[in-house]
This record gives sequence, C-alpha cells and structure tokens, in this order.
Amino acid sequence: MPEKLFKVNKEEYMLPGNRACSGCGLSLAYRYILKALRENTILTLPASCLTVLHGLYPITSVGIPCLNCTFASTAASASGIVAGLTAMNRSDITVVAIAGDGGTFDIGIQALSGAAERGTDFIFVCYDNEGYMNTGTQRSSATPAGALTTTTPVLTKQQQKKDMMKIMEGHDIPYLATCSPSFPIDLYDKFVKAKRIKGTRYVQIATPCPPGWVFPPRDTVKIGRLAVETGIVALYEIEDGKFRFTGRSKTLAEKGTRAPVINFVERQGRFKKMSMEQLDQFQRWVDNKWTEYLRRAEA
Amino acid sequence: MSNVQIITGNSAAAYGAKLAKVQVVSAYPITPSTSVTETIANWVERGELKAEYVRVESEHSVMTVCISASTVGARVFTSTSSHGLLYMHEQLHWAAGSRLPIVMCCINRGVGAPWSIFNDQQDSISQRDTGWIQIYCRDNQEILDSVIQAYRIAEEVYCPIMVCYDGFVLSHTMMPVDIPDADQVCQFLPPYKPHTILCPEDPRNINPVIFPWQRRDAEGVLRDGYMDMRWKLQHALEESRDVIVRTSRDYAELFGREHGGLLWSYRTDDAEVLIAGMGSIATEATTAADLLREQGIRAGVVGVRVYRPFPRAEVREAFRKAPAIVVFEKNISYGYEGALCADIKAALYGTGIDAPVHNFIAGLGGRDVKAGELADAVRSSLTAITAGKREQQTWLNCVTE
Repeated sequence: MPEKLFKVNKEEYMLPGNRACSGCGLSLAYRYILKALRENTILTLPASCLTVLHGLYPITSVGIPCLNCTFASTAASASGIVAGLTAMNRSDITVVAIAGDGGTFDIGIQALSGAAERGTDFIFVCYDNEGYMNTGTQRSSATPAGALTTTTPVLTKQQQKKDMMKIMEGHDIPYLATCSPSFPIDLYDKFVKAKRIKGTRYVQIATPCPPGWVFPPRDTVKIGRLAVETGIVALYEIEDGKFRFTGRSKTLAEKGTRAPVINFVERQGRFKKMSMEQLDQFQRWVDNKWTEYLRRAEA
Repeated sequence: MSNVQIITGNSAAAYGAKLAKVQVVSAYPITPSTSVTETIANWVERGELKAEYVRVESEHSVMTVCISASTVGARVFTSTSSHGLLYMHEQLHWAAGSRLPIVMCCINRGVGAPWSIFNDQQDSISQRDTGWIQIYCRDNQEILDSVIQAYRIAEEVYCPIMVCYDGFVLSHTMMPVDIPDADQVCQFLPPYKPHTILCPEDPRNINPVIFPWQRRDAEGVLRDGYMDMRWKLQHALEESRDVIVRTSRDYAELFGREHGGLLWSYRTDDAEVLIAGMGSIATEATTAADLLREQGIRAGVVGVRVYRPFPRAEVREAFRKAPAIVVFEKNISYGYEGALCADIKAALYGTGIDAPVHNFIAGLGGRDVKAGELADAVRSSLTAITAGKREQQTWLNCVTE
C-alpha cells in the first residue's frame, strides 16, 4: 500500500475549502478521481451535492473545467461535449459526467442509457449516497430497504436497492467498476484504467453520507469500510464482460470471511426502525449478490 | 447564377443548416419536423456535410447536446415540433440562460391532449418566455434565408433563435426556393468565433449555483448576481431588434431578398382595416385583403415576423393610422385571448391609437383556414365595429355552443 501511494498524482485539483458537509464521502472520493483524471478533462454535472461542493459563482473550489447541466441531462450533456470537441478536432480530452444516485438511477437513467447505447466516448461516474441527500435525504431507487428517509419517514423504504450495475452491464460497455472512498488506491487505479479505455465507461462509488445516513462525520471512512467488509458493497470491475474482484473484496472472496450486515446497519441512525425481518432480507439480498459475484469470478 | 429548386419547407430548413456549415446536429423524430433532420443525416452519411450527428433518445437530450456542444465552441442545429418542443422546455430556458447561439427550427404543430399532428402555433407560443428569439416564416424561401440569418444574429447577440414555420402548410408543401451560393453564404456568415469556450486550457465552472446578490471573485472583482444576469438576457433581446433588421438588410444586399426585419406589411397605406398575423396565416391574409379590396373594402396586412423580441415600435408605427385591427392567430392563451392580439393591444396602450381590435382564433389543430373565410370574418368584424363593438374574440369555424 505505501509504495502504491507514492504513484498517486501529487497535483491537487480540489482546492482548499469547499462547501461539502464535514465527513462527506464524495469529497474524499472526488479528490482521488480528479488526481487520476488529471488536467485534460472536462466535467459535466447536474444539480447535486457535487454542485454545492464546486462552490457558488464566481468562486469555485475545483481546478478542472466543468459544465453544470440540468438534473435529467447529465449523460446527454457529456454526449454534447464529446460531439462538440470532435467537431472542433479535439481528441485529447477525457469527458466525464458525474451524478449522484438520483441523477443516475432515477431521473438521469434515460439519457445515460441513450449515451451508453450510442457508445459515447466518456466516463459516467455515479456517486451513490443512497438517496436525495442534497435536498435533505429523500428516498431514491438506490436507497436500501429498511432505511428512514424524509419521504419514508415512518415505515422505512420497503423495496431493495436497484441493481444499476446490472442495468449498465446490459449496454455491453467496455468497462464498469465499483469503488469506495475508504479504499482510495483501488478507486484511483480504476479511474486511471477508465481514462485509458475508449467508449462508455461506468464507475459507481459507494459514498457514505453522515447527515443522510445519520452517523458522526468522523466515522465516514469506517462506515465505508464496513460496507465493503459486510459485502453490501463489493469492489469489482467488469472489463469487456469479464468480472474481477478487486482490493479488499478480492481478499474477502478468497477467504470467505464477510462480516454480517448488522455490523454496518447498527452504526447508522437511518436503520433504527429496520425490522428483524428487513434485516434478514437485507442479509439474504447481500448473500445472493455474492453468490452471483463468486460464480462470475470463478467462470 | 440562381439555383431555384422546387422543395418543401423542411428541405429549405435543411439547406439553410447545410449552408450555415453547422458542426453538430442532434435530433429526435417528431412529425412534422422529422424530414429536416433526416435530410441532414443523409448529407452527413454521404460526406456532403461535415458535422457530428448525435441521434439521441429524447428531445430533452437533443437540446442538451446542442447546449453542451455549443459551450465547447461548435455551431449547432436541430429541429422539432409540438410535444418535442414542450419536452425541451427546461433546456430552452437553460440554453437562453447560458447565452448560447443555438438555432432550432420549430415546425409548428398543435399540442395534446388529445393528439393532433396538424398545424397550429400553440407549441412555440407556449415557449414565448424562455428567452429565445422567435422568427415566424411565411414561405419556404423565407425559411431557408431565416436559418442562415439566424446564425448571424444569434452569434452577435448570444441568444438562441427559434425559426418557426407552419407544419404541413409549409413543411410538406413544395415551392420554388432559390438556394444561395455556398461561397456567398460563407461571406455573409463567417465561422463561429465564440467569446468563451469550455476547455482545459482555461478551466471554468460554467453555470454553477449563483446568489441573488453580486459577489466578488477571487481577484476581488464584483460579479453579477442572478437578477443582473437575467436583466442582461432581457437587454440582449431588446437590443437584438436592430441586429435583426440590419442582418435582414445585409442579406438583401447580397442575395436580393428581404423578408422584412421585424414585421412586413401589405397594401396598408390607405387601409380602413388592418389584418395582423404570423406565419402562413398572414400569407393567407394577403389573399383575403385582395378579395376584400375587390369587394370595395380597403384592407391591408401587417405580418409579424419576429414575435420575440416583440416589435413594439414597429407595431405602433404600422397601426398608427389604422381605423380597425383584426388579428388572426393559431394559438390561444387560455383564459384570456390570442397571444399576438394581447401583445399588439399592449404595444398600442398609451399611444393615442384607439382603434378597435378584434381577435380571431383560427386553424387550431390544423382546421382549414381559407382566404375567403378570413375575408368574411373581417367583414363581420367591420359590421360589429360599426355597431360599436370595440373588442371581440371569435373562434373561426368552430362549434362554440
């Protein structure tokens, strides 16, 4: 690990001082994403937590060019940038769209599916904090069952999380990956690789959210780790259809030592009304996903 | 040497885009606009037009692609109709707010529910307040010429432009159109040179969150707040009137065709009644005026070519001596009256022009409007005016019981 850290780009593109919440999982991830992407990159992003992080006009906390777009249009915005750059004979720039889970799983899915089907040459990044956190923690299709949100305030969310990776894999794109800010080198390596590949690349990051998930800001890295230790988040990549575990998840898969999901659940206020039945279902949901991952990893 | 071809309005629009050497085209099919972008797709795939063609999955994405491609410096084009335009609504605001010189053809069609594929102008009129310049064409030649002119206007004032023309009535009707020489068009419309583009050499955060008030940047320079930027957009549209008129005149000098800058008139000098309209219904009204004159009624026509910015001063001048005004239009601002009629009356307020103004809502969802019917309508209005009725709203050829 230490020697790998030395390989990380020393340049900082997130400038000191930004408007993200303290302990924001996204801001930890974003620093490494930008280090991996470097200068010759254009970003586009919809209204989201990241808009807030980028700062208020006329001051910005990010040193990479960025085009803000409307909520439903992120991937189409990237398509327009790619088309415009091609028309202007600029083939040296990596186009990156970044949206939250609402902007990816929900309102952004149509434009994303269209861009992926067209094989648009860009990286789509979903930072998944499992809800509409920028507007104050409403339910999204990425929210796990059993979580309290302001729109599931009494009964908790009743449905399991949408499997967006599977949906994106259905587009036969050359590269898909999951990552976590708690494992920054794994995250960094995946973005370095994604930048090299042509075509549509999809990277989903599980970003813990202290105010939305209701845990102390100092625990962000710990919560992110627990998500991986329990197998709720599996770190993997799918390159040209070939599934491969990476980092800590690879070790867990080899040793078969996943922790129970309760270790993750018990540390977050959002799960305080989760029933025993929901907890069992959550464990079974994770177990089933892992059975499938293991089958694919061995194939 | 002239190159006159018999073509549809949609072909004329496509030729306009080709001659403007558009660099990015994005499209989604919708009747009756589809053949504009089909024609362009054909040229692009045959190598006759060098452009990136993005076949997106919705009109919302069409306008998004136009916005983003324009932001990185490309000249962009698209066309749509009806629900396609409505689906873009959010992005129309975003395009104008971004001050991008996007040109789009709106092939006017009624909006649901229930479904109508036929012509009226409810689609573009309901986008009136999005900050786009709106030009309404009356024939296929004007469509081609207006698309070329639109790029020069848009790239000077940094506002997007909607070139509107009536679905089927113009879009699918063949007329002789003089296709200008490509080199001459290049002379009239040089390549787009934006004042700012998004690129890694000059990193910017474009369209972030903005406060209501002004704020200092990192160098201490006071920058606009939200409302200051909105005023600049309003100011740009108000100022664009001169640019539109000048562009129309410059075009006429090079190509010998003038379609009227902001509005045009027909046999108005001695008129006892002036008919107003936009698009093909105004063309139809010129035939109605001829009929009325044969019947001894001195009628003239004022065609509003540019609806936004509204030609306030020109409207006042055009109606200065009008004893009576009859407005025909293919839209309705529900709960009030036709949008054009309301705007004409507002422009005349306080000027001392005290003519009665009658409003006919006509041709919604493609209902036929014949010149003879327009002439009959004008005669009935004049009778009502003589009887003292200063204001009247009539739905032409419509069951209203």
